[in-house]
Amino acid sequence: MELSDLSAHELALYLRQRRISAVEILESCLKRIEAVDGRPGRLDGGPLTVEDEQKVHSFITLTPERARAQAEAVDRKIAAGEDPGPLAGVPFTVKDIFCVEGTPSTAASRILANFTAPYTATPVARMEAAGAVMLGKVNLDEFTYGSSNESSAFQPSPRNPWKLDRVPGGSSGGSTASVAAGEAPLSIGTDTAGSIRQPAAFCGVVGMKPTYGRVSRYGLIAFASSLDCPGPVARNVTDAALMMNTIAGADPHDSTAANVPVPDYLAALEQGIKGLRIGLSPDYFRITYPNLQNGTFETQPLPAEIEASVRRAADLLAAMGAEIVEGVPMPNTRFGIPAYFVISRVEAASNLHRFDGVKYGYRTPEPMNDLRAMYRQSRGQGFGAQPKLRILMGMYVSAAQYSEQYYNRALRVRTLIRQDFDRAFDPQGPYRLNALLTPTTPTTAFKMAALYGDSVLMQYADQLTVPANHAGVPGVSLPAGLDGEGLPIGIQLLGPDYREDVLLRIGRAYEEATETDPWRRVRPQALL
Amino acid sequence: MPLTLAEVEHIAQLARLELTAAEKELYRQQLSDILEYARRLQALDTAGIPPTASVLPPRSVLRPDETAPSLPPADLLRNAPRIEDGQFRVPKVME
Repeated sequence: MELSDLSAHELALYLRQRRISAVEILESCLKRIEAVDGRPGRLDGGPLTVEDEQKVHSFITLTPERARAQAEAVDRKIAAGEDPGPLAGVPFTVKDIFCVEGTPSTAASRILANFTAPYTATPVARMEAAGAVMLGKVNLDEFTYGSSNESSAFQPSPRNPWKLDRVPGGSSGGSTASVAAGEAPLSIGTDTAGSIRQPAAFCGVVGMKPTYGRVSRYGLIAFASSLDCPGPVARNVTDAALMMNTIAGADPHDSTAANVPVPDYLAALEQGIKGLRIGLSPDYFRITYPNLQNGTFETQPLPAEIEASVRRAADLLAAMGAEIVEGVPMPNTRFGIPAYFVISRVEAASNLHRFDGVKYGYRTPEPMNDLRAMYRQSRGQGFGAQPKLRILMGMYVSAAQYSEQYYNRALRVRTLIRQDFDRAFDPQGPYRLNALLTPTTPTTAFKMAALYGDSVLMQYADQLTVPANHAGVPGVSLPAGLDGEGLPIGIQLLGPDYREDVLLRIGRAYEEATETDPWRRVRPQALL
Repeated sequence: MPLTLAEVEHIAQLARLELTAAEKELYRQQLSDILEYARRLQALDTAGIPPTASVLPPRSVLRPDETAPSLPPADLLRNAPRIEDGQFRVPKVME
């Protein structure tokens, strides 16, 4: 067992006990990165070599000097007898959609490739203030627009550590790949439709999308501002709770960051789950796929192994004292993706207007005599296919003559999706749930290039995660075994507003119940 | 109903996005596909349902009106493609 394989709470404890130093932890993680990560993603990354196909490629920018300075500062504090903070010496990676002062903050896009952030995002600043050591910036889909990481302008894009010919999921695929490969015990990602939970499921790690507003978005390069949620990626529930303790809470820099008291998530973990009401919904056990040949929709059952993992989790939780409530209707789940196609594109188009080649980012090198021509050329050359498509879509569906048909209608459907959750969680209602237990994804990790280029099918990877974003409620994906191909399966818990503590409690109980499962001892391919 | 090339060109113009001919045709097809799926929303009866643009309650959040240091101008200008005399430099806007 190397230090890089230990969990965040173990590292923090051993460090405080002076059994290990922050620099030793850092060296262990850097050694792991050296061994498994391969070359970092970069613009015009060139053709893939055979060696590239055997590496994880989590990183865009590794910052070892910065990390070493932070680790040495932690060790000095400990030597001086000062409190080094709850995450002291714990390495973490940052999805490259967050600004971190003095580091390239690229959004995996050519248009921001030369951007060095002048300030640090609040969740990252809170991690560093708690003593955590930032290793660098990890890859993602360009501007987070994707579910596989393949749309990054920085190639090679990350690969799934469990099976290197598979995608890690996305858009926080660099985050989940880095944690699954033992490059860091923690990462900070963002979730707009499932971008933390879906790659967490694909990579066999824990990923939490907090309640909308629970974690500040200050310093996050915006995608869809009414849906974006920063959140933790970790290898176990305790580490996710530890990280939530650090990053959650109000922020004077973000008026949408909720001024709601933050509980001690760690203290909540060991309370058990006796009496908690956990629901199962048939609407999360069937998946709807568009048939690209005839334009119709086909509803299919979930793959049997995924359904069995959720059923088994329900049985285990019931044996620990939870009450399982079957047959909870969530009828608007199937409209989550069509509504998201409209709402997220409108917000993305609006947020991307700021990239104009004037204040920061890419400007066309060709001499321009006219400001508008400079805008057009800079944006046309700087954005990749996904941002362009989303800008066009967003402008189309919000145009005056179409907004009633598309945008306003999608906002009403969003209300219906929220009402499904309100009914399920209503303490006076027919179901009175503390949480809903569902699969995280309709499939396990798919092969690289299998869906890339098909914007519609790619989006359907998020169909079981996106309703929580529309509704604003929290969700967590937990590793729940391996399928017949050895790929991780994820199960999801969704809860009422600001009840991340309950989801983590249930997640911890599930971990205890499955502690001796053989799959928990299996190592990802990248580490063999 | 598929989008026309003229519609794509019109939105691209509004979005200040220069596209190649190949891009226009590719995005025309992809947008038409995506809109087809977005049209599923028409199947729902949404009469009388209020829209949700944000899950937050509509409220105004103000922090105390106190002066605090901002980022130094030099830090903010450092990322600009062109600056002149402490200002952003752009091509001329009008003749």
